Amino acid sequence: MTNPREQWQEAFDASSIRNDKFQTMSGIPLEPVYGPEDGEFPGIYPYTRGPYASMYRSKLWTMRLFAGFGTAIDTNQRFKDILKSGGDGLSTAFDMPTLMGLDSDDPMSLGEVGRCGVAIDTLADMRDLFADIDLGGITTSMTINSPAAVLLAMFVAQAENAGVPRVKLGGTLQNDILKEYQAQKEFVFPPRQSMRLVRDTVAFTAAEMPRWNSISISGYHIREAGSTAAEELAFTLANGFAYVELARQAGLPVDAFAPRLSFFFNAHIDFFEEIAKYRAARRIWARWLSKRYGATSERSMQLRFHTQTAGVSLTAQQPEVNIVRTAIEALAGVLGGTQSLHTNSMDEALALPTERSARIALRTQQVIAHETNVAHVADPLGGSYYVEALTDQMEQMAEEIFAKIDEMGGGSMLEGCIVGIDENWFQGRIADSAYELERAFNRGERTIVGVSKFLEGNEEDQMETLRITNADEQKQRQRLASVKQDRNESAVLDALDRLAKDAVDPEVNLMPALVDASQVYATVGEMMNTMAGVFGRHIEVPTI
Amino acid sequence: MTTSDNQSLRVLVAKVGLDGHDRGVKVVARLLRDAGIEVIYTGLFQTPETVAAAAVDEDVDVVGLSMLSGAHMTLAPLVVQAIRARGADIPVVIGGIVPNHDLEELKAAGIAEILGPGAPASEVVEAVRRAAAGTSKV
Repeated sequence: MTNPREQWQEAFDASSIRNDKFQTMSGIPLEPVYGPEDGEFPGIYPYTRGPYASMYRSKLWTMRLFAGFGTAIDTNQRFKDILKSGGDGLSTAFDMPTLMGLDSDDPMSLGEVGRCGVAIDTLADMRDLFADIDLGGITTSMTINSPAAVLLAMFVAQAENAGVPRVKLGGTLQNDILKEYQAQKEFVFPPRQSMRLVRDTVAFTAAEMPRWNSISISGYHIREAGSTAAEELAFTLANGFAYVELARQAGLPVDAFAPRLSFFFNAHIDFFEEIAKYRAARRIWARWLSKRYGATSERSMQLRFHTQTAGVSLTAQQPEVNIVRTAIEALAGVLGGTQSLHTNSMDEALALPTERSARIALRTQQVIAHETNVAHVADPLGGSYYVEALTDQMEQMAEEIFAKIDEMGGGSMLEGCIVGIDENWFQGRIADSAYELERAFNRGERTIVGVSKFLEGNEEDQMETLRITNADEQKQRQRLASVKQDRNESAVLDALDRLAKDAVDPEVNLMPALVDASQVYATVGEMMNTMAGVFGRHIEVPTI
Repeated sequence: MTTSDNQSLRVLVAKVGLDGHDRGVKVVARLLRDAGIEVIYTGLFQTPETVAAAAVDEDVDVVGLSMLSGAHMTLAPLVVQAIRARGADIPVVIGGIVPNHDLEELKAAGIAEILGPGAPASEVVEAVRRAAAGTSKV
């Protein structure tokens, strides 16, 4: 039996190392990780110190900036620019109507078409979005939840038409519906029916798209909605356990499914607590996957995550100060061992970011990556009495919340998550925490620079922010009208009819019917409405 | 319409359109309630018409819109119009993310008060009282 350090060394020696000088500015050579022989090590169970033995010595985190633009043609141009400048991953932001499964000509879409992302109504838009891009040679991430199955089907249909086989398609679908009911509120169908669609996408991708990551489990929105760090940690991992149980119910072995999961966390302003949160997340996930779900593959137990700095921590007052907040939050993500990172722009408490402020946000990451040397050593805060104690406490608080969810579900985390949503338990806890934080601010217990103190400078003129016109909305409506005019109406009706029939039988996987409906130019709204006819719609009864 | 500080106010807080950010609206609802104001919350995904109908039916003194998605220039004026189309003159207050360059146009469209991010509870309550009393700056 080798000791933990020897195990780590073996894994480290097997890793490829990027070209860099791993030393301090005064020339002190740096070890890849520091710690006692028998302590925890990165890449070794329970992965508290990182999922990989070599961490950033092999590869720096991915500097992923999420953005969306008006029409599919505009976004396609942006995609091509990214690919030309050496990127190999595309990240698609959809507009609000698409996220809610509505067409651009729906009355509810008024004022929102193409505003916060690209508008997709039919396969014609999907074709424009990926025109002249080799879908087999890149990875595509799609941030979409309620209509995730529909957009995945359209993507598959587009690839099919472009001659790219499904096995070659690589990418990620957010597809995390549970947090929509808990926090982000982009829901359409009731929870159980939505989970059936998640199951269908998971089973479909497992069988046909081996390079596809089917769910990105997101705590970011839970935190932005007002939860504490411990609640973000616990609710997110609980949702993860729920998806693992869902996949098991669908007959997928845990080691076939869990390696396809990734996570998405917030990086808030309470620096050390955030770092402890990431460390606790990795340890908890490894333990639960191994002990409760019987995973044996390392990949199943290694929690990998994306981080975004906290939008809610930004202030409209003296927005330049947000660069500092974002830098500190980004540093927490990096010291916590994130695999990819999005840094918010300074003007996002005012509007969508300008190109200039988005560039500064990227530069912030580049300073951390290339000037500070913080990426040289894995888990640099591991072994700190303080951070280790906080990590243990975060873990303990999360375990208490898991026990409650497990109890609500009668021994099932899947049931517990759904019951907790039905009973407004998650939503209530998040609202309570948000209210408590606001009261602390109003009592003067929480200082926000430029808002509650240090106000000199607030009277200066507000910085210039991005202005958006409604021109794209008109363009997209016309586009949809012309697609509808040119399509074979009876083929659309047949396809929707079959979708409705398939939806009635919960044993049937809906993906084939959705792909076929996409191929005949059924709209996102038509497919969603057809399913809503069978599934019903979720109406939140809010509590205040 | 005049309403003194002591008289009980009724406020409808609302989310219009597809913007699902409901953290602010829920916190504001509780803060107003703490200040002794009666609060009704519409829930998510309302239209200008449903908000106006609820405001008139509930006979509220003020309508508060929470808007964070950038659709305020399209939707907020429609709420004012829908209220007026019902022959009512209920003042509308907006809270959320509204850039300065939109303020003038929103005021011109009949919005009584606009509260930016970070407004403390006291300021929110004051703005609602001013709107109800008809003493908002135009």
